[in-house]
Amino acid sequence: MYSDTTADQEEKNNYLNHSKGIKSWLTSLDHKRIGVMYLFSILIFFLVGGIFALIVRTELWGPTKTFIDANTYNQAFTYHGTIMTFMVILPLIPSAIGNIILPMQLGAKDVAFPRLNLISYYVYMSGALLAVVTLFVGRVDTGWTFYTPYSIRTGGATILVLAGAFLMGFAAILTALNFIVTVHKLRAPGLTWSKLPLFIWCLYATNIIQMLATPVIALTLMLLTFERLMGIGIFDATLGGDPVLFQHFFWFYSHPAVYIMILPAMGIINEVIPVFSRKTIFGYGGMAVAVFGIALVSFVVWGHHMFTSGQSETANFIFSLITMFVAVPTGIKMFGWIATMYQGSIRLDTPMLYALSFLFVFLVGGLTGVFLATLPLNVHLTDTYFVVAHFHYTMVGGAIMAFLAGLHYWYPKFVGKMYLEIPARIGCVLTFVGFNVTFLPQFVMGIRGLPRRYYDYPPEFTQLNQVSTVGSFLIAFGLLWTFLFLIISAYKGPKAPRNPWGANTLEWQTSSPPYHENFETQPIVTKGPYDYHS
Amino acid sequence: MSHTQTTPGKHHFAHHFKDAHHEFDSCKVGMWLFLLQEVLFFAPLFVAYSLFRSTHPEAFLEASHLLNWKLGAFNTAVLISSSFTMALGVNAAQRGLHRKTVKYLALTILFSIIFLIVKYFEYTHKIHAGLLPAGMFSHPVQHDKTPIFFSIYFMMTGLHGIHVLIGIGLIFWIMMRAKNEEFGPEYFTPVELVGLYWHFVDLVWIYLFPLLYLIR
Ligand SMILES: [Cu+2]
Repeated sequence: MYSDTTADQEEKNNYLNHSKGIKSWLTSLDHKRIGVMYLFSILIFFLVGGIFALIVRTELWGPTKTFIDANTYNQAFTYHGTIMTFMVILPLIPSAIGNIILPMQLGAKDVAFPRLNLISYYVYMSGALLAVVTLFVGRVDTGWTFYTPYSIRTGGATILVLAGAFLMGFAAILTALNFIVTVHKLRAPGLTWSKLPLFIWCLYATNIIQMLATPVIALTLMLLTFERLMGIGIFDATLGGDPVLFQHFFWFYSHPAVYIMILPAMGIINEVIPVFSRKTIFGYGGMAVAVFGIALVSFVVWGHHMFTSGQSETANFIFSLITMFVAVPTGIKMFGWIATMYQGSIRLDTPMLYALSFLFVFLVGGLTGVFLATLPLNVHLTDTYFVVAHFHYTMVGGAIMAFLAGLHYWYPKFVGKMYLEIPARIGCVLTFVGFNVTFLPQFVMGIRGLPRRYYDYPPEFTQLNQVSTVGSFLIAFGLLWTFLFLIISAYKGPKAPRNPWGANTLEWQTSSPPYHENFETQPIVTKGPYDYHS
Repeated sequence: MSHTQTTPGKHHFAHHFKDAHHEFDSCKVGMWLFLLQEVLFFAPLFVAYSLFRSTHPEAFLEASHLLNWKLGAFNTAVLISSSFTMALGVNAAQRGLHRKTVKYLALTILFSIIFLIVKYFEYTHKIHAGLLPAGMFSHPVQHDKTPIFFSIYFMMTGLHGIHVLIGIGLIFWIMMRAKNEEFGPEYFTPVELVGLYWHFVDLVWIYLFPLLYLIR
């Protein structure tokens, strides 16, 4: 179907070589280029956050001091947590992959407000750099949760990190606003709400959470800043305030934030599983509604982080009960994916391998979440390694596995080359094995009562800790391997066709890499996103 | 981006919209979403207010009496007037009456500056009397939670004041554009959006005034 001339034209006029030079990238209003800039920036922060994780794990090789002192250790886990949540996992799928894919799946030329999109990127970057610069001007040791009163009193450049998180939150709000308007206003002709790809539904639900929850944390961090600057006392018991109020505000954002991380991940899985099973997604409507069910419930469960904070027994009971309801829509999604694969013709390409890894780790993460929602168990497990293992299974296992699924799935579209299949599969297996070796032992340590965040531990935990540390280096190796081969593929990979996976969504109808304005002509939608047989 | 298209009128709309109306509609949805997140941005302060007021009503009663309700009422009237002139300005812009637009926007700026001047005198008086956020509070009071009221007072009115300042900047910007005769029936999006923002800022004050000044 492609004559030489179209191939020539694609070669000349795609978004990567539409204009040249570093400045044409830094000032580009093209959503695809902005997405690529997010992707590279976030991956660099991912590397930094990962190095801190390895520092923490290395220190925990044995009880007492291994190679750094206790204060440095506290700083290391603070930077690991802060960088990974605020700079990496929160923006990873929406701002990087979403920026590139969302307008294309809608059949639009760009997001609704391209200039705002670029501004958001720079707001995000200035926030991120403000937080990272504290490494050199007085480090922070509050943990990523900034709990009062410790965060009011401890030294270091806490205010800079707070300001950084504030700016990154603002960037997230602007991006979310931009995407919501785009989904409402820029859908291609024929692309009705009931024909939207589920990735869009998931991003849309994510954006609503981002818009409604992020302002709360932004103001809370601002109050904490003023608490440090002039002692406003709202969160400070010595001045008549209430430190637990900080926890309420913090988790009112940070619980929904967990879904800012996981809903876009689910969105990617929604795309990958039907394509590689050659089957229509099972229960499209239910899958879309479930996402909004999760988003809705996510706003009213924050108290499950505070069962031991002294909040009332009634509140504990209610929060515990509602938290269990999260399992219902999540279960619907799990069964929907499994039913989609049932009797499908499954191809185990790398994106599908990552999707299957996602299903496994997310199942473990989700089920242990129900354990933690159970009041009596929670009191035993609060602030132990069980919690650490649980949220790594959901956030790292869930979000990162899905991100890698999406990165490989859309790699041909982004780069115009196919990734090298065999090394990519090896990378997936390494990461998956490393992940489980790292975090399964932490469940055991947590049940046996080992508290999180401690520098030292009783000697009987040495073996399990060492297994965990070995696993963490295996993850690092797997990820470095994966990204190394992704870079090699950009040069050595075979040229990608328009639609290597035979998918139905609109981004596959344009060239790989796409044109500067996405499509040659305005696409018109006539069939559903997962309609493979008509 | 240089890829703009021309409509029969003057205004150029961005390349990814169908027409100028499509662009206007999208911008308006965006602004409403922005205001929605603004509500949640102010929300924690209102929650903190409700929490401390419900647990310590006597302290809030005492503190409220230390505020000058007459100045607050005057400022409320000033801001409502500014909302009125803003609405007139938007209307004039829609009808392409450039000089009227400039006049009404200038009046709006004048009102908001009066608001800030009054606020300045209120603040200096509070500062001299030691009615400051809890950590620096030095005024003799009966209830030990009264300083917390002033923390909330300064945070709420301060945050609102910053919004007023930003608003003045925005109104000044569209006033300059109106002077260049950029707006008319074809294109008045920025005026409309700044108008929405300004009404929101006024609305916040309309809640703040009774909550802070009128506890009896
Ligand atoms: Cu939670």
